[in-house]
Amino acid sequence: MLPAWMKSFTRWPAAQNAVNDMKQLYTFIRKEFAHVLRDRKTLLILFGLPVVQILIFGFALTNEVRNAKIVIYDQAQDVASQQLISKIEASRYFDIAYAVMDRAGIEAAFKKGDIRLAVIFPQGFNNNLLHTHHAQIQVIADAADPNTATTLTSYITSIIQDYIASQEPYQITPQIRFLYNPQLKGAPNFVPGVMSLVLMLVCVMMTAVSIVREKETGTMEILLVSPFSPLMVIISKAIPYLLLSLINVITILLLSTFVLELPINGSIPLLFAESILFIITCLTLGIFISVKTNSQQVAMLISLMGMMLPTILFSGFMFPVENMPLPLQLISNIVPSKWYYNIVKAIMIKGLGFSAIWKETLILAGITLVLLFVSFKSFKIRLS
Amino acid sequence: MRTIRFLLQKEFRQIFRNRSILAMVLVMPVMQLFILPLAANYEVKNINLVIIDNDHSSYSQQLISKITASGYFRLTGYVFAYKEALHLIEEDKADLLLEIPHGFEKNLVKDNHEQLFVAVNAINGTKANLGAVYLSTVIRDENDEIRLQLVEPARFQSQAGVEITTSNWFNPYLDYHLFMVPGILAILVTMIGGFMTALNIVKEKEVGTIEQINVTPIKKHHFILGKLIPFWVLGNVVFTLGLVVAWLAYGIVPAGSILLLYGFIWVYLLAVLGFGLLVSTYCDTQQQAMFIMFFFIMIFILMGGLFTSIDSMPDWAQVVTRFNPVSYLIDVMRMIVLKGSGVRDVLPRLGAILLFALVLNTWAILNYRKTS
Repeated sequence: MLPAWMKSFTRWPAAQNAVNDMKQLYTFIRKEFAHVLRDRKTLLILFGLPVVQILIFGFALTNEVRNAKIVIYDQAQDVASQQLISKIEASRYFDIAYAVMDRAGIEAAFKKGDIRLAVIFPQGFNNNLLHTHHAQIQVIADAADPNTATTLTSYITSIIQDYIASQEPYQITPQIRFLYNPQLKGAPNFVPGVMSLVLMLVCVMMTAVSIVREKETGTMEILLVSPFSPLMVIISKAIPYLLLSLINVITILLLSTFVLELPINGSIPLLFAESILFIITCLTLGIFISVKTNSQQVAMLISLMGMMLPTILFSGFMFPVENMPLPLQLISNIVPSKWYYNIVKAIMIKGLGFSAIWKETLILAGITLVLLFVSFKSFKIRLS
Repeated sequence: MRTIRFLLQKEFRQIFRNRSILAMVLVMPVMQLFILPLAANYEVKNINLVIIDNDHSSYSQQLISKITASGYFRLTGYVFAYKEALHLIEEDKADLLLEIPHGFEKNLVKDNHEQLFVAVNAINGTKANLGAVYLSTVIRDENDEIRLQLVEPARFQSQAGVEITTSNWFNPYLDYHLFMVPGILAILVTMIGGFMTALNIVKEKEVGTIEQINVTPIKKHHFILGKLIPFWVLGNVVFTLGLVVAWLAYGIVPAGSILLLYGFIWVYLLAVLGFGLLVSTYCDTQQQAMFIMFFFIMIFILMGGLFTSIDSMPDWAQVVTRFNPVSYLIDVMRMIVLKGSGVRDVLPRLGAILLFALVLNTWAILNYRKTS
């Protein structure tokens, strides 16, 4: 017989169940946190990865071309060629590595691999310039890297023409201003990219692997035969990673604001709301992968090859999407990180409001709903 | 020797038994080599340009038609106020804005010089940089033409002129695939080799089979060699597949000696596999090994000079890249495949990689404990 006061509770079984469920959920979440916090090495990587990436992107990588090593083959050795050489030397784009004495020397220098450009002054350069008003300079670029070659060729052309044409009439000088990112740093492009990459890593890969590990070691069986709803088992798995990724978002934003001096131009609450939406997308993706696979290695390879690579490829932070062939451009539309990347870029860098990104938000929400639906459909309570 | 033979037999059997992983290891790189170079195309074309022409003179029209005819730019807007143009840039509909000031033609003739105003959306640095470079080139050409029109031929002759001829060696058509494919192949070989070895030993730890090996009289270096050789062979297979794909899909045939290329890869694989083994001796679970490998490979790739040139990095970062085996491989691949560099050219890098291989493998053997 139940005591009287307990009987009164059974009158509202629904309420009682809800309280019990919450308690159980809390216990399960604590178990998951214990799992996550116990593995110190993984935890260290999880928090270290965004920090290191931000630092590399912020300080080491730049799209600006400078200090390119070049060689000079000066057959003329006269006033004009010497003046031009010292002009080139003075520019911050070029470092004159050494002078070569013949054409074979140029080829050897390129093959050694550290020279980007060669400038050749023909014999009697100054003489031709003064008397026939027509002199030649030959520029050879190492076009193995086509973009650097184009940029360097253009820089050296403008240095030479500045020198020659400074006396000429009718000058048109373009005054070029780089908006949003005057020093052509990688950071404004990369910080939003790092955010989507890290969230993808934590939410998709970690969630998928940790669920599949329980399958592999057999503990999933135990969880599923417990009276606790299988849905709750999965939700309690996802919650620690939600919190971890939020901490990561905060770390990245703090670092980019205070270390990279890349302030958040738009609304911070909006940025967080969008980030939570993207985290939920990623978590459902992770759950979907875990439902479909049975071994950790397969889950890892799928999340790595199927999720990380598309994120790097198609979100547009490393490779310009508009340059890709049309089929790839179409594929890029179903990659969630592409939309998140555009959202973060709009809020953080350009300081735009919700009116500029409602379309992206809607698409992201749509992808999440589809994924949720599909994983619910294929979720099985029984293992085999 | 007999011990190693038996160990090799075991390892190969395990590799061939797991068909799904084997298929992924062989098919994934081939697919990636097909798709990645198509996607990783930094060739900048179709730069969206918006023009504000405040002058409406014959020179400004001439300049605009010259720009649109250059093939690099797509005129997306022709607006009347700076604000409107900036709005187009904010919405990502334009990358570049050119403002031609009032009285452009008049001032040019009267004052002998005039300025144009160009603003570039520089969030994407590469595109911004090249866009500005292209536009400056077109403006310079136009400038020369205008000068020709303005100056009477006789006076022009008295001006000093320099003809600059440029040639692009090793890649005359500036084909971006030529640049990317060797680099991507280097990354793929690194990833396959590194991840597979790192996960392999840890898996034995997780499943518990490593205990059975530990209680046998197998020597530590036997065990490490037994793990190393199969993946070394696998790495060579992946590399060969990659070369074939590069040849069939992109028509890239190494300009230098193929033997030298393989020679370098042989040593390089030892270094990368040694690194994978080292990581796996420090880890207890596959998840850990995966993440630690991911962490390092990410850094290796970013600092390897695949996308951004190492020359442009600050000094400290250039020092860091000396400790990055991937940067040596990317360099050497491009040197041998594109430029046909010889043994003497790659020798310093080969030495560095050899050193990596020795240090990493010795470290892995020392750190592998048979007793816990």
